[in-house]
Amino acid sequence: MSLIDLANPTKFLALTARILPWLAAATAILLAIGLYQSAAAFDDYHQGATVKIMFIHVPNAWLSMFVWGVMSLASLGTLVWRHPLADVAAKAAAPIGAAFTFLALVTGSLWGRPMWGTYWEWDARLTSVLILFLMYLGLMALWRAVEDPSRAARAAAVLTLVGAINLPIIKFSVDWWNTLHQPASVFRMGGPTLDRAFLIPLLVMAIAFTLLFVTLHLAAMRNEILRRRVRSLQMMQASQKAA
Amino acid sequence: MPLGPYASFIVSAYSLVALVVTLLIGWIVLDYRNQTQRLRALEESGVVRRSGRGAVDMP
Repeated sequence: MSLIDLANPTKFLALTARILPWLAAATAILLAIGLYQSAAAFDDYHQGATVKIMFIHVPNAWLSMFVWGVMSLASLGTLVWRHPLADVAAKAAAPIGAAFTFLALVTGSLWGRPMWGTYWEWDARLTSVLILFLMYLGLMALWRAVEDPSRAARAAAVLTLVGAINLPIIKFSVDWWNTLHQPASVFRMGGPTLDRAFLIPLLVMAIAFTLLFVTLHLAAMRNEILRRRVRSLQMMQASQKAA
Repeated sequence: MPLGPYASFIVSAYSLVALVVTLLIGWIVLDYRNQTQRLRALEESGVVRRSGRGAVDMP
């Protein structure tokens, strides 16, 4: 099945029906392995057992940006290539991205209280992620406010691409400004600074959460296609009654 | 698995992630059921797609 074939929503639905059970199973297995490794990981010499929060905080933080990146690509698909599933993909990803961003903020806050002595600090990293969360909520509100899906899609696509400016700000905020948040310790020049004992469970959890996102995203896209079918059938029903 | 003096922070973080992920999965599953039920109800009332194919059926 080529990418062109996937532009057909019916073929996309058939594909999701086939692969969703496998993706869900792979996600569950990797999450189980990741959670076991996280539980078995040594305490950090400085942070103690609170280092275990890293194994859920960091994957959620990565996904908060990754999902916006996916939405930005989908927005290009809407505006440039007018791919029929592009705005479906963007709209379906937004609530999932908002949930991951919310979890990144709250788990970071719960990690920050014992380590920094405060739940919140208006530093560049925390504030830029909070702005990302508010942008997710704004996009979801925009999609709900505009009834015509194609008009909503174009407006949301422009807003998403403008909002993508925030992604490098989040990533490099810890380098550009003096922040309470620690600098990058995995994706950095010179390689990760994390010990393998922490790096491996972290990467397993990151892959598991990414698979979770892919699974939920495909399922949410399937729901959105069905919702649009409901809408078009309701419009047909209304026009038949009017005739 | 001793979690030390900050156990409540660790347990709260993991519990919150489990809760939000469960809610997300539940919302998506319920939404799917809701949409397929609405489509079936519309088809049973005689409204069909222009292609003539069932709105819920796979090719």
